[in-house]
Amino acid sequence: MVAAADPREAVVWAALDEIPDPEIPAISVVELGVIGAFGFEHVAGGSERLTVDLLPTFVGCPAIDMMREQIGDRLRELDLADEVEVRLSFAIPWTSDRISPQGREKLRASGFAPPALVAMGAPSVPDGDLLSMVSVVICPYCGSRNTTLENAFGPTLCRAIYHCANCRQPFEQFKVV
Amino acid sequence: MLEEDVATSSISQDEIGHARALYEMLAELTGQDADEIAFGRAPDAYRHAALMNHARTDWAFTVARRYLYETADAVRLEALARSSYEPLAQLTAKMRREERYHLMHLDAWLRRLAANADASSRLTSALRALWTDALAIFSPVPGEEVLARGGELPERMDSLRARWLDQVSPVLADLGLPGPTPDDLAAGAEDGRTRRTDDFRWLHGEFTMVAAAERGATW
Repeated sequence: MVAAADPREAVVWAALDEIPDPEIPAISVVELGVIGAFGFEHVAGGSERLTVDLLPTFVGCPAIDMMREQIGDRLRELDLADEVEVRLSFAIPWTSDRISPQGREKLRASGFAPPALVAMGAPSVPDGDLLSMVSVVICPYCGSRNTTLENAFGPTLCRAIYHCANCRQPFEQFKVV
Repeated sequence: MLEEDVATSSISQDEIGHARALYEMLAELTGQDADEIAFGRAPDAYRHAALMNHARTDWAFTVARRYLYETADAVRLEALARSSYEPLAQLTAKMRREERYHLMHLDAWLRRLAANADASSRLTSALRALWTDALAIFSPVPGEEVLARGGELPERMDSLRARWLDQVSPVLADLGLPGPTPDDLAAGAEDGRTRRTDDFRWLHGEFTMVAAAERGATW
């Protein structure tokens, strides 16, 4: 690891922020919060390696391999280090609280209800508190709170299906995990 | 039923993702290939939940089987999240966040079916047929003594089993559904993970079909 002031770090963040989530392209992998950490380190033979920790949103997310590839390819293009390694990490569990405020706004603008902030600072949603994961979902179209969960399992692992009684629209929510 | 197809597929996709992550962890420890462990073995080389020894019948049976499995799995995962083997503890902590949706879903279905007379009697027969095999989820594991001492397995299986029964028995009793009989409790103590039926062999043929079509292919 080099000092925090390494000017390459800003270049890496900017490049990563241009990589869209393969399943919800409105938001970037940085806004989604799946970049855990990255750092430059010296490896045997005197070369330098850029290592990125990628935090899967869901363990079985089928888009993770594509994200990993796109991040690796983009960072290799930048030519900031001799090698680039993108590795999956569970050291910090991804939670939906990691989606940035900008990411939440972009989700809403593209018709997805952003996940409620519930787990912030806590290691996980408390046991038995299942309802906290599904309560108070605001319709991304009309802003109504008069919504009901139709199915906790949507078209991808990270989405649930809701219905808004006010504007009578079905919509998807990025699930709270 | 379309929504339930989506839900069941989504739950399965989670579980396959969890299995893949665990097999990859095992592969790294043993220098094997994760896909080879998952798909390359003969049926008799697997250790698996005895609950898989049954063919699918009606929806009540599926709900009963999944309810027993999800609740047992939740107790097991809660323990493994405290494992001294850090990669396992980290992965399990992540898995638990996803598993809550499975629990919520199966709990809702159990209650819904229990409220209907016909469905409730089907649930009752299914639970009676499944208890012994569900209890086998907590059969002792090989090397348990050593794993418990090192903290890799932070709690013994018999202790987890008791906690699980404490959790599910009152829920089932409230709904008028049967808990385990003394015979079920006695039978569950043996290792049910290597007992196999033709239903498992059929299932094995299903889940290895694609891998077997082209050995060693990169998908």
